[in-house]
Amino acid sequence: MTTIAVVSGGLGVPSSTRLLADRLASATADALGEVDLEVIELRPLAHSLADHLLTGFPTGELATAIETIREADGLIVVTPVFSASYSGLFKSFVDVLEPGLLDGKPVLIAATAGTSRHSLVLDHALRPLFSYLHAVVVPTGVFAASEDFGDISSGQLAERIQRAAGELAALVGKVDPTARRRRTVEDEFADPTPFAELLRNASDPGTAAPPTR
Amino acid sequence: MQFGIFTVGDVTTDPTTGRTPSEHERIKNTVAIAKKAEEAGLDVVAVGQHHNPPFVASSPTTTMAYIAAQTERILLSTATTLITTTDPVRIAEDYGTLQHLTDGRMDLMLGRGNTGPVYPWFGKDIRDGIDLAIENYALLNRLWREDVVDWQGRFRTPLQGFTSTPRPLDGVPPFVWHGSIRSPEIAEQAAFYGDGFFSNHIFWPASHTAQMVELYRRRFEHYGHGTAEEAIVGLGGQVFMRKNSQDAVREFRPYFDNAPVYGHGPSLEEFTAETPLTVGSPQEVIEKTLGFRDYVGDYQRQLFLLDHAGLPLKTVLEQLDLLGEEVVPVLRKEFAALKPAHVPDAPTHVSLVAAAERVETAVTT
Repeated sequence: MTTIAVVSGGLGVPSSTRLLADRLASATADALGEVDLEVIELRPLAHSLADHLLTGFPTGELATAIETIREADGLIVVTPVFSASYSGLFKSFVDVLEPGLLDGKPVLIAATAGTSRHSLVLDHALRPLFSYLHAVVVPTGVFAASEDFGDISSGQLAERIQRAAGELAALVGKVDPTARRRRTVEDEFADPTPFAELLRNASDPGTAAPPTR
Repeated sequence: MQFGIFTVGDVTTDPTTGRTPSEHERIKNTVAIAKKAEEAGLDVVAVGQHHNPPFVASSPTTTMAYIAAQTERILLSTATTLITTTDPVRIAEDYGTLQHLTDGRMDLMLGRGNTGPVYPWFGKDIRDGIDLAIENYALLNRLWREDVVDWQGRFRTPLQGFTSTPRPLDGVPPFVWHGSIRSPEIAEQAAFYGDGFFSNHIFWPASHTAQMVELYRRRFEHYGHGTAEEAIVGLGGQVFMRKNSQDAVREFRPYFDNAPVYGHGPSLEEFTAETPLTVGSPQEVIEKTLGFRDYVGDYQRQLFLLDHAGLPLKTVLEQLDLLGEEVVPVLRKEFAALKPAHVPDAPTHVSLVAAAERVETAVTT
């Protein structure tokens, strides 16, 4: 079954970030039909994230969360805006994902803030971040300021959620798995690059074979 | 099975006293620790190579030669020799000389080094780390096995009609271990050559070490060096002991909490649960160390890290006494009883010479 991982970086309980994440998840589920939603709340992972930054390896629930990201067919990521950007906790989670892990993965980006003046955080912070990680970011990002939760009449937030969810659903399962994807440590364990190839690539990187065999 | 210690040669302030040893003191202490390791009945002492403060260990073969001159029996090794930023020709010459001076009482462990700026200081780029390790070792391997080498590669100037001197003692090159924390490519490299593979082990969970060693063993067999069980595996370990477990925890905690690598991160209890670190009684160290075999199989070399995070010399020497008197004798007996006969010991100069003679006899008869 299709799996969508939903990452929520909200710190409050209850959290408007989680509220937005749930609405995006539900709209995506509606668009996809049968889907397995895996929610990753970052708040309980805060200590493990700090430990990972210092030790270099994930423990317990954080290790499980990273595996969930690896296995997911698509991601919904939602962060609160702190000081004009994604929160430090959110970025720390992204920082511990191995290079290559998000290659070609469809990602729906979303953010919440106290004021709509922060809305460009989607295109000035989140989109470049996920582009750098070689993820496929859906065209519509969803931003919700506090005031949006009280404005039902215009229906704008609901409409954007619907559109973004539809775009994510359209991309999930469409990314060619044989397309160039960087090899991760997991790939090397499963199917090690033979030494002759390592030696050839070491001395002449120009002859390097495509990263996925 | 070989038991020993490895040191990275860090100069670290003792967090309990605020005292920082001088570089001179740290270098002399390294020698004192090595001599004590021999006295305590250990088999191996390995020194590091770093090119940035707070480390003093920039010249491993100098330190190894000095220690070798003052010891009789203990084998000198490295943890690690930087194969990325050190010219492989210099490694061939330095360690080749050391092999003669020590009558073969040495081997070496190659590593990449993870300090970014060190690479450009030596004209290299950390992004080429794996490529450097692969190409440089391919050359080093030939320099010790072929009397005259013609060579051209990507990372150093070409060689035409080059002979690395001195030639290996008794025609047998030093044994090489390839060390890594998390690069499967290095396990593949060690397997290809039939060299030893050393898993740093101490900073990461057991599941990761198990995966690295399993890959090395599988590929060792693939390349025809023997069965997977016959591959040559070494592990790091990290211990702090007192007779009473609670005393060990109380005394070590401030060093753990402020340690350069993992300090101010996970708690001592969390790190002990996740990694091979053991803080407790000698009996606890014995039990945890015997448990390593459950996930890497029968292995050949166990090195412990004892002298880091600002622990004073006196404490380190006490740790060596405990290791030599209460831990290693039991581990030797227990590991030997568990090990099947076809699993070899770690190669030494004597065993490598004997193996070379067997090959020669087989060829001539």
